[in-house]
Amino acid sequence: MVEDESANSASETRRAYWRANLRLLGTLMAIWFAVSFGAGILFRPFLDQFMLGGFPLGFWFAQQGSIYVFIVLIAIYARRMHRIEREFALDDDDADTPIEGG
Amino acid sequence: MATQTLIYLFVGLSFALYIGIAIWSRAASTSEFYVAGGGVNPVVNGMATAADWMSAASFLSMAGLIAFMGYDGSVYLMGWTGGYVMLALLLAPYLRKFGQFTVPDFIGTRYYSNVARTVAVVCLIFISFTYIAGQMRGVGIVFSRFLEVDVTLGVIIGMGIVFFYAVLGGMKGITYTQVAQYCVLIFAYLVPAIFISLLATGNPVPQLGLGSDLADGSGTSVLQKLDSSLVEMGFPAYTDGSKSMVDVSCITAALMIGTAGLPHVIVRFFTVPKASDARKSAGWALVFIALLYTTAPAVSAFARLNFNESVSDTRYAETPDWFRNWEANGLIAWRDKNGDGVMQYEAGDAFEGAPEYTPGGIGVSGERLLDNAATDNANEVYVDRDIMVLANPEIANLPGWVIALVAAGGLAAALSTAAGLLLVISTAVSHDLLKSTFRPQISEKGELLAARVAATAAIVVAGILGIYPPGWVAQVVAFAFGLAAASLFPAIFMGIFSTRMNREGAIAGMVTGLAFTFLYIAWFKLWAPELNTAEHWLFGISPEGIGVVGMLLNFAVAITVARLTAPPPPEVDALVENIRVPRGAGTAHAH
Repeated sequence: MVEDESANSASETRRAYWRANLRLLGTLMAIWFAVSFGAGILFRPFLDQFMLGGFPLGFWFAQQGSIYVFIVLIAIYARRMHRIEREFALDDDDADTPIEGG
Repeated sequence: MATQTLIYLFVGLSFALYIGIAIWSRAASTSEFYVAGGGVNPVVNGMATAADWMSAASFLSMAGLIAFMGYDGSVYLMGWTGGYVMLALLLAPYLRKFGQFTVPDFIGTRYYSNVARTVAVVCLIFISFTYIAGQMRGVGIVFSRFLEVDVTLGVIIGMGIVFFYAVLGGMKGITYTQVAQYCVLIFAYLVPAIFISLLATGNPVPQLGLGSDLADGSGTSVLQKLDSSLVEMGFPAYTDGSKSMVDVSCITAALMIGTAGLPHVIVRFFTVPKASDARKSAGWALVFIALLYTTAPAVSAFARLNFNESVSDTRYAETPDWFRNWEANGLIAWRDKNGDGVMQYEAGDAFEGAPEYTPGGIGVSGERLLDNAATDNANEVYVDRDIMVLANPEIANLPGWVIALVAAGGLAAALSTAAGLLLVISTAVSHDLLKSTFRPQISEKGELLAARVAATAAIVVAGILGIYPPGWVAQVVAFAFGLAAASLFPAIFMGIFSTRMNREGAIAGMVTGLAFTFLYIAWFKLWAPELNTAEHWLFGISPEGIGVVGMLLNFAVAITVARLTAPPPPEVDALVENIRVPRGAGTAHAH
């Protein structure tokens, strides 16, 4: 892999990029945990006293809501990561060559 | 047209479509055979992943399970979708950047060890065969009930179709066939769901219908009605469930992590052009999966409601046709304990074990007589949960073409997953065992031939498992997820997120996780099934959820062993550095 900068600053960039990635990962995984294990399981008995239309709220999170949130989480991750990668010039926008043979 | 003719027509047309696609997309190289050349559009790949993932279990069994489990069924809904968040965030982009063909490839290279690679292959083959046996059972059920052919012939036809496009087309053929299969299966799932939701609540969107009031003018909501009628019959309330919170959490977690560690799912993300596409693709896959998974709980609730209403306190002589059809197939049974000719449906088993009918025995009301020992509760009805999705259109009196559609959809779901699994098995044999371990000098042509031979052999074994289903198959489906969670997931995860994890740690971790989970499940499911109750379980965790403990053990052992042994060589550091950044994914593999 050819890098324009010196090896030192290149690895510095990579470290900063990796930290930014881990921060984003941590936030999103926390939300992932909160909607499924939190709202759908641990706090379900408490949330069930509230109604969302004809659904007890905790039950709705367990059978509907968590799934919608999962989709949103992946969409946010794909979008935000792409932005972070461009910021650090580590994106793969020009790499669309398919794999050539084994 | 008669329903039977429509079923033949729909199933025949869908099979012709799959074969047509297979001929059009034949694989010419190992790269096309293993990963469809690595050039699949992320949306297309997402759709193929959804079909690959949604098996006979998702299509045929899941809604039925939830119908009888109520809230407890949420473990499947959250478990089998939440895993995609882990895949998209923690595994898929990095594995794509790594740029090889298989999961054992990654483990073997990252841990610089053919032992690690072989352990991964063993996990993979075990997981995949367990899974495929379930698909074949689904094919058998659909064929025997709807096409009125013998189960053996049904499985042979199904295997023939899969053979044709998996062996010819490899991953390329499978990917494009799966796109067609997704369209068939989702249409087949949504149409009856919309009909039933409309009939029950007047709301055509099943996801909203589940939270609506019933259309009978009573002013009670679907869930209220279910809760009150089930409680009256002695079941736990639908929105409440009966599993402990610890167990629900552990099963959900095991299914999530297991999903993220299933080789036939992971390998799909090797087929997109670059790392950022792997993220997008996982997102699209979940969108396509969620379409079915958010509909399923609505199907479950309506099915349970309709089932209760049409069975409970109905005279056997007045039962609808579907009841007798399924009784003829041995999946429904009624034992008239009090001899009143009316079916009492309440909590508890009607009799011990699965129905064993008295040959030729017909009761006074016309029901099939049973040899099973009766239990002393008031329940008289036995129903196999797997039939709910298939029986649903009939229970709700939907037109014949909807029933035909569901039959074609069930086959699409079973065949697409079977094909994906067969490919993973054949790749493990030809690529990981032959090319990478035992015969590195094999030519590209030889490897492709080996992959096709392995796929053929795997199809034959899967077919035999389908025709002669061993009794343990249904018992050990928990194996697939538990083992994937306890063995492959931690090894891959630490391979990406830790530079310190080394060969010794990874192997020790995988072996520990695998052995612990295997023994725990085998103990309660095979060797001592009579002890399989909450008070004997470790921390109250059932065999379905024990994979999480296996995973934690794997992490603990791996980290401890890695601390005490030499760090990985510098080239592994470089590899980890390289897979962490997306730039250069397409060319990483060309060597």
